[in-house]
Amino acid sequence: MFITRAAIVLLSMGAAAAAAPSQAETIQVSIDRLVYLPAEIEAKVGDEVEWINRDALVHTATVEGGADVLLPANKTGRLVLQEAGSFDYICRYHPNMKGRITVRP
Amino acid sequence: MTIKLTTAAAAIALLFSTGGALGNDKPTDPQIAHIAYTAGVLDVEAAKQAIATSKNKTVVEFAESMLRDHESVNKQALDLVKKLNVTPEDNDTSKSLSQAAEAKRQELAKLKGGEFDKAYIEHEVAYHKQVNGALETLLIPSAQNAELKSLLETGLKLFQGHQQHAEHVAAALK
Ligand SMILES: [Cu+2]
Repeated sequence: MFITRAAIVLLSMGAAAAAAPSQAETIQVSIDRLVYLPAEIEAKVGDEVEWINRDALVHTATVEGGADVLLPANKTGRLVLQEAGSFDYICRYHPNMKGRITVRP
Repeated sequence: MTIKLTTAAAAIALLFSTGGALGNDKPTDPQIAHIAYTAGVLDVEAAKQAIATSKNKTVVEFAESMLRDHESVNKQALDLVKKLNVTPEDNDTSKSLSQAAEAKRQELAKLKGGEFDKAYIEHEVAYHKQVNGALETLLIPSAQNAELKSLLETGLKLFQGHQQHAEHVAAALK
């Protein structure tokens, strides 16, 4: 009984994965010596951006009037992209750091 | 204001280029390390004064980021000089930076509230501009060791970021 149920669950999970048109992706942006790399990325709604801060400095990824992701020294931070558009972002602490995310619907 | 700043940056260059004080056209790596380290320490001290004095959230947050960043970079600088077996060497530029910072500290100590905030942030803009000028025109071009040069270049990018951050805070205070 248990085995059967487990099999059904597994099967239905497989079906759901196959039915999804495209999986959400994680796009990585590294930060090295006060530079976002790559500085410009393209993504689609539902994707996630992961910033990997390799500096011994605290940075942020901040969209004016929007998202504000704190990126502690030598740590990562994430953001799920919820709306389409083109977003310029900066670091609040070092506004000469600049990046852009273009989000497709 | 602009003239004053240019003069301050030029003063650093002059200390070396005239050769009077050091008898040399360019600072040596041990002197450069000392100047860069001193510049960081002085800004950390200014930040501590601001954190103790200011009641403005934006100003305190700015000061906290100066404290954090300059301590982090100076730690990297210390690690590097240890690795390179370089002993930072005191010099007239470091001395004049320290004297100017002490005078500014006393001047700021007489101010309170919004007046303090404005004067502190304006000084931070001016100070970072001055140090950036020295890094660009004198310290980076003079550095012999590649790792020291690279750390100074990262330092320049960081200090330019601080200058812009200070400019944003200054604009918000108006
Ligand atoms: Cu930053």
